[in-house]
Amino acid sequence: MAAPKIMQQGRVVPWLYVLPALIVILVFIVYPTINTVVLSFRDRRGEQPASVDCVEGQPCWGNFENYRYALTHPDMTTALKNNALWLLIMVPAVVGMGLLIAVLADRVKYEALVKAIIFMPMAISFIGAGVIWRFMYYIETGTGEQVGVLNAILDAFGIDPIPWLSQPGINNLALMMVGIWLWAGFCMTILSAALKGLPEEVLEAARVDGATEWQVFWRIMFPMILPTVTVVITTMVIIILKIFDIVFVMTGGNFGTEVIANRMFKLIVTDTGRSMAIAVLLLILTIPIMIINVRRFREQEAIR
Amino acid sequence: MKPLARLNRFFNRLPVNLAVVILCLMWIIPTLGIFVTSFRSREAVRTTGWWTVINPFGKAEIEGQAEYTTYCASCHGESGDLLPEANLSDPELVANYPRSNRLLAVLRREIEGKPHLEDPVLPEDPNAALEELAPILVYMDTLAGGEKAEVGKLGVRNYADALVGYKGTQDYLTDCEQEVESTLTKFDCSASDLLNPEGMGSAFWNTLVVSIPSALLPILFAAFAAYAFAWMDFPGRMWIFAILVGLQVIPLQMALVPIARLYSDIGLQSTFVGIWLFHTGFGLPYAIYLMRNFLGGLPREIFESVYIDGASHWTAFWKLAMPLSVPAIASLGIFQFLWIWNDFLVAKIFLSTNPVLTVQITNLIDPRGGNWHILTGAAFLSFLIPMLVFFGLQRYFVRGLLAGSVKG
Repeated sequence: MAAPKIMQQGRVVPWLYVLPALIVILVFIVYPTINTVVLSFRDRRGEQPASVDCVEGQPCWGNFENYRYALTHPDMTTALKNNALWLLIMVPAVVGMGLLIAVLADRVKYEALVKAIIFMPMAISFIGAGVIWRFMYYIETGTGEQVGVLNAILDAFGIDPIPWLSQPGINNLALMMVGIWLWAGFCMTILSAALKGLPEEVLEAARVDGATEWQVFWRIMFPMILPTVTVVITTMVIIILKIFDIVFVMTGGNFGTEVIANRMFKLIVTDTGRSMAIAVLLLILTIPIMIINVRRFREQEAIR
Repeated sequence: MKPLARLNRFFNRLPVNLAVVILCLMWIIPTLGIFVTSFRSREAVRTTGWWTVINPFGKAEIEGQAEYTTYCASCHGESGDLLPEANLSDPELVANYPRSNRLLAVLRREIEGKPHLEDPVLPEDPNAALEELAPILVYMDTLAGGEKAEVGKLGVRNYADALVGYKGTQDYLTDCEQEVESTLTKFDCSASDLLNPEGMGSAFWNTLVVSIPSALLPILFAAFAAYAFAWMDFPGRMWIFAILVGLQVIPLQMALVPIARLYSDIGLQSTFVGIWLFHTGFGLPYAIYLMRNFLGGLPREIFESVYIDGASHWTAFWKLAMPLSVPAIASLGIFQFLWIWNDFLVAKIFLSTNPVLTVQITNLIDPRGGNWHILTGAAFLSFLIPMLVFFGLQRYFVRGLLAGSVKG
């Protein structure tokens, strides 16, 4: 950020502009973050040190007792495993889907319509999306007809209905599908803008030299939009780490679908210490992305 | 172009078009499903899939006919007049049962030592039995010369139920027409029912009250700060700004408990002011970042010229920077507005006494899937404003998205 020299002002004036915002940020982000870290070393009411919860003869991490819960308790290991699954499966799937739609939509005349349709779920709430997909996945366990789309399709082919949301192994994928449906539009929009920004001459030159569309995409277009792909991936990673509403509204974290943020929410009233330790864990997991973002910002400023 | 070449081109493009159309269908069908469902009757939602509405050849089913055939037709006949002493097509007789629990009581009564219904037997669970009986009354009404209530008929009754928070066995509008007692004790059957705290009507209002100030406040704070970061020189501005970039990804989970405790100390718990301030705090890092990038990208010459003319920063901010950043403010405002409109977690924790739309929807969810007709209506009510904003201002929305993520 090269300082513009022409700006004449006293020492105080800039702070008058900046301070109101900084104070709000200090009160609502910085102070609570520090306080949360402190509370994560306290007991369930946030009054005494966490070590009071230790029981003789049981494993104990002293004042890190809440972290023992956050890292080793079966509920939490399930949550950690599931968040890892979401990251490994859903992030590539949603970015890939966004890219696929961006490329395909570019080749049809009704591109604007396609984009609006795919992007539309971004406008609605996770809770609303949860209702929409609960209905898609609905299973009639009584004698009635299947009124959920997916089980009705299975029914039409004579296959037994599947309890999409309560069958372990399937339910996590079913939840990820909701995430893909919600976020593919976001990935598509950003990647599509990057693709449209590519110089047409370069692509034309490759085509004239006899490259197939497949080669043009993977050898030329993809490497050129790689920086944007990274931005989309980091954004999605942050979103997935904090994933909460979808799981809360669709399964409540039952049937082996628990995630970190839902666990944190469940304990927020009953056991503040553990809940805060989970929040801190979430923060620690976001730090690599934070560093990547700040580093990228500084590189961009250097070019400016 | 020769016909053959045109045909060739059509087939070359077919796979791409096909793939795009299939993807679009996959994206539309889930939303379409709840949209259609929100206009169907409880009975219809329970018995047939929503897609049957679209089937133009499907035979219209008359509400209650199936239940009537099961329970009554064997004795009373298809048209209700087989037993003269209990002619079910007699309007006066039908008028004796304004509610299905009256009918339930009569059906449970024995006739000459034998159960009224021998085969099939009504469900033991009174709620389940009532649910089975309610449509029979509608059908008896039809037999007695009333209007045919078709199962497939679409209407906005579910929306009325959702708006006022109706939880009975029929629907709000019908209950009000028939002056059903249990409903009248809870509702006035006037516009004031929209204020019922359990309804989507009051939730809609709460959401509006939360969203508008929470979207405007961070923009105001951010505009001042962004102007300073873009066009003023002060020690540490580079560092402070880099920290702001980092703060963007702090999970708001980090702030919930400390702020909730702070609020209960100073009496801001469950107040609109409290939630406005919280959203302002967490909206600011991104808002400052976006506004700074926009303001910093404006041509330096125009700022130079006004400074040379002797304008102060205050004048330059209000007369130059603000008018020029209208597009950025619009993008940011829409983004922040939708984000808050759709928020669940913060509202759940900081505004428990005045539930917003998302919170109200989660209150409505029935794990057994018995109220899809109301739930889908409620969900669509919550989509109304976001959809309007989205389709009306899509350009700004996309621009805001790109400015935040790509330009950096």
